[in-house]
Amino acid sequence: MPEAAPLIEIDRVSFGYDASRTILNDVSLHFARGKVTAILGGSGCGKTTLLRLIAGVHPATQGQVLFDGERVDAGNREQLYRLRRRLGMLFQFGALFTDLTVFDNVAFPLREHSKLPESMIRDIVLMKLNAVGLRGAAPLRISQVSGGMARRIALARAMALDPELIMYDEPFAGLDPISMGVAANLIRKLNDTTGATSLIVSHDVLECFSICDYAYLLSSQGRVVAHGRPDELRASTHPEVRQFIGGEPDGPVRFHYPAPPLAEDLGLHA
Amino acid sequence: MTDALARFGRFSLEWLRALGHSAFFFVDLLRFSPAALRRFGLVLAQVNAIGNRSLVIIAASGLAVGFVLALQMYYALVTYGAAESLGLIVNLALVRELGPVVTALLFAGRAGTSLTAEIGLMKAGEQLAAMELMAIDPRSRVLAPRFIGGIVSMPLLALIFSAVGILGAYVVAVLLIGVDAGNFWSIMQDRVDVWRDLGNGIVKSAVFGVICTFVALYQGYETQATPEGVAHATTRTVVIASLAVLGMDFILTALMFSTP
Repeated sequence: MPEAAPLIEIDRVSFGYDASRTILNDVSLHFARGKVTAILGGSGCGKTTLLRLIAGVHPATQGQVLFDGERVDAGNREQLYRLRRRLGMLFQFGALFTDLTVFDNVAFPLREHSKLPESMIRDIVLMKLNAVGLRGAAPLRISQVSGGMARRIALARAMALDPELIMYDEPFAGLDPISMGVAANLIRKLNDTTGATSLIVSHDVLECFSICDYAYLLSSQGRVVAHGRPDELRASTHPEVRQFIGGEPDGPVRFHYPAPPLAEDLGLHA
Repeated sequence: MTDALARFGRFSLEWLRALGHSAFFFVDLLRFSPAALRRFGLVLAQVNAIGNRSLVIIAASGLAVGFVLALQMYYALVTYGAAESLGLIVNLALVRELGPVVTALLFAGRAGTSLTAEIGLMKAGEQLAAMELMAIDPRSRVLAPRFIGGIVSMPLLALIFSAVGILGAYVVAVLLIGVDAGNFWSIMQDRVDVWRDLGNGIVKSAVFGVICTFVALYQGYETQATPEGVAHATTRTVVIASLAVLGMDFILTALMFSTP
């Protein structure tokens, strides 16, 4: 278990978008304050869904999600908006507002949630952009920036209100090695300097292990397979952990989607 | 037989569910409109995007309709020696009917599709979800200003359409055919009532503005976040908004002009 008191507790949560398919299956996770925690797992294992449950986008079918001890109620908009002001989220592809400039994107939450004078907003935005190395890109339109830059701008926007919790949805997906290294360093540095709690959802094991304090591995059935510090997980003998860390194509996680025997499908009979 | 009944039942239920859902959406738009009005800059930006950028097509169409209307009416009226009524007929046709209706149909095609595609792509790009997670309600920040912008723009565009149409009719009737200019204008001043004719035309176009903008925003907001979803939503916007405008036009005309 993480050492510090958790900011987020996922307590025996199950969830499915419809009754026919369960995405998360009785999972319990704790995210310690001020730490970087990674949630690892293959595509479709419910990692992003978990972030959505924390933000109250969907209600858990069973169990509860606690944010700083308070139960997240997806049906209570007032509570949700109060809690959401305390968190920032980095979407997989940035989700930047394409009709605004880089500067206006970062200024957006400040203008919506504060009554700060424009001169102060300008200073804050430039400081946030400077932290991600993109102060010089402030006047650019979103169509003029690369995918890696968009991710960093989205990070600056997520940090604009100095949230207690920052959730990163696949922050390394689709980035070149340099941008990936930059993003990883930024996440760690920002976490250490702001004291925020960071939650990374990713399938990039090496990059996550290099910066996280703790990690959970979810199975394709939406269960927690293993959790621990990166060195503990590296030393794990659990076959699914070994397969995931080693990137092996077949193992406990099957390469083939369930199907009848090939000979049967091809109409070949012995 | 049972299957057909079940299909009919399922279709009816889905239709009723969609109707109820859209009614709630409409109430939400009304609920968030006062807050959007307080941030008038956002509304003004939408009046520019929705209204100002539709000006060229509205003015060009108004001019073309004015030209054709003057020609057709002249040929019909001159047979009965009533060519001096041309100004009145052109004016009434434009202000009461063609202005609001044709503008609304063009509005659905030009601004409505643009609104649907914009909102649909914002949804597909997770921009609306990002806003939600910033504790900002997209219905208040994105939809309501567009809703008001559409309602404000439509009557203005309809008035411009009618005014340009009358000028087009003047060019054809007076300058090309030779109808008396004094007669063309004076019969309008004499017989067109500001409240009954112009006022009702403005009310009609405001109602059409509500219909077109509401349909466009609803289709955009409820679209499936895929390229096909956005394409279908834009098509549905034009079809539903156009049919709703034509149906509502008949109802409004019956209510407004049922007495001579």
